[in-house]
Amino acid sequence: MKNPDKTEQIEIDMLLETIYRQRGYDFRNYARASLERRVRTQMDSFGLKYISELIPYMLYDDATFDSFLRNMSITVTDMFRDPHFFKALRTQVIPNFAALPYIKIWCAGCATGEEVYSLAIILKEVGLYDRCQIYATDYNTNSLDIAKNGQYPLDKMKQFITNYNKAGGNKIFGDYYHARYNFVKLHKGIREKIVFSHHNLVSDSVFGEMNLILCRNVLIYFNQILQNRVFTLFNESLANGGFLCLGTRESLEFSSLEPLYKKELVKQKIFRKK
Amino acid sequence: MTQQEKNYKTIVIGVSAGGLEALSTILPALPQDFSMAVAVVQHMKEDGDNYLPEYLNRKCRLNVLEAKEKYSLKSGSIYIAPPGYHLLIERDFTLSLTVDPPVCYSRPSIDVLFETAADAYGQSLIGVVLTGANIDGSKGLKKIRKKGGLAIVQKPDTAEAQAMPSSAIEIAGADHILPLTGIGPFLKELGRIK
Ligand SMILES: C[S@@+](CC[C@H](N)C(=O)[O-])C[C@H]1O[C@@H](n2cnc3c(N)ncnc32)[C@H](O)[C@@H]1O
Repeated sequence: MKNPDKTEQIEIDMLLETIYRQRGYDFRNYARASLERRVRTQMDSFGLKYISELIPYMLYDDATFDSFLRNMSITVTDMFRDPHFFKALRTQVIPNFAALPYIKIWCAGCATGEEVYSLAIILKEVGLYDRCQIYATDYNTNSLDIAKNGQYPLDKMKQFITNYNKAGGNKIFGDYYHARYNFVKLHKGIREKIVFSHHNLVSDSVFGEMNLILCRNVLIYFNQILQNRVFTLFNESLANGGFLCLGTRESLEFSSLEPLYKKELVKQKIFRKK
Repeated sequence: MTQQEKNYKTIVIGVSAGGLEALSTILPALPQDFSMAVAVVQHMKEDGDNYLPEYLNRKCRLNVLEAKEKYSLKSGSIYIAPPGYHLLIERDFTLSLTVDPPVCYSRPSIDVLFETAADAYGQSLIGVVLTGANIDGSKGLKKIRKKGGLAIVQKPDTAEAQAMPSSAIEIAGADHILPLTGIGPFLKELGRIK
């Protein structure tokens, strides 16, 4: 007897294999349950009955593939998300950089940019921004375009300002942007040291000698194999004594690299390379 | 196979408004040698501290902890979803967390936990919908039943907020509709059979 569950697993495997071989995007080692949910949602929105019916689109139809890819990436983010984390970053991590002539930072999985701009604002306020070079990367080109533009809906500002204040911000947040109709655009002074670029954590290579790597709420979407790959990538990209910051519910616990790191701030998930 | 002979492995519980009392009534009834794992979604403010695991741990014989990603579900442990994250169960019976957008205005969402748990456990799953003021959990409970799992819903007139159990009964139906005080002892019985 055919087992519908097993059949569906075969279909998903075939879909991911097709996307990988035809399009070069490798989702095979993403955490499976949430990926399945997203695939099913897309199947429903296309009005399809079987997951395998998505396969021809992945093979032949560029526009549909692009929209599929966009929907596979969860870009949910905020400015100063988890204010306690940003406060710790400001008061306990960034002061370590004061003596450096040059500070290199990588924000991996930056989504639409809110997180890296939050970091830029902190660096500005503590007077270190001019010495920074910040790389912000994601594999979603659509969100990178939004990030580069640095323009956000006005109605999100209230939440951002609350977070900013909780994170220890001591200036007037409104001084960092100007309002245009229903949007606000961040000032050039905040954007100038950030280079946004396309980088896929699954397949692309290291960035050199970083003093700080932020990769928050990205690794939860990966299985253990892929998490380990990415931790290795970060380890090779970090300077000695450099900091690695993960999301509030992420950890190095299952990684063989854990012994190489000092748990600098346990609750904030800030690790320091020994 | 009768229901009593089924080998249930895991219980998923969804609860919203009135949850603290409901969980404090049900979970302490589970005995030390309980044979199932329990995963709980309690709706709560996203940026709050998660006091719930510690609070319940003091009241329960079983170990209550916050659900962490990649942890394997163990029988006799109770896992509570962290605020601001969806909790999912993988087919290899490990836990996953995501920051996907809210479902039914909720993150964690009961539907997300229930639907992924149904995929992972099929007929060896028990779903429980308790008090609450929205409709989260109804779709998930429906899927649990479709996959052969057991559905238990709190009797609405014993719920602090009736909307959630009422909606579950209407949309998914239930194998058992029990008063709040009856649920713990009933689960205890089901957890005895091996
Ligand atoms: C939930 S967002 C996190 C945004 C931000 N770091 C934060 O914590 O607010 C996850 C981001 O990871 C990105 N991502 C997922 N897989 C990736 C990959 N293989 N390489 C690079 N970025 C990836 C997604 O495109 C998305 O923008």
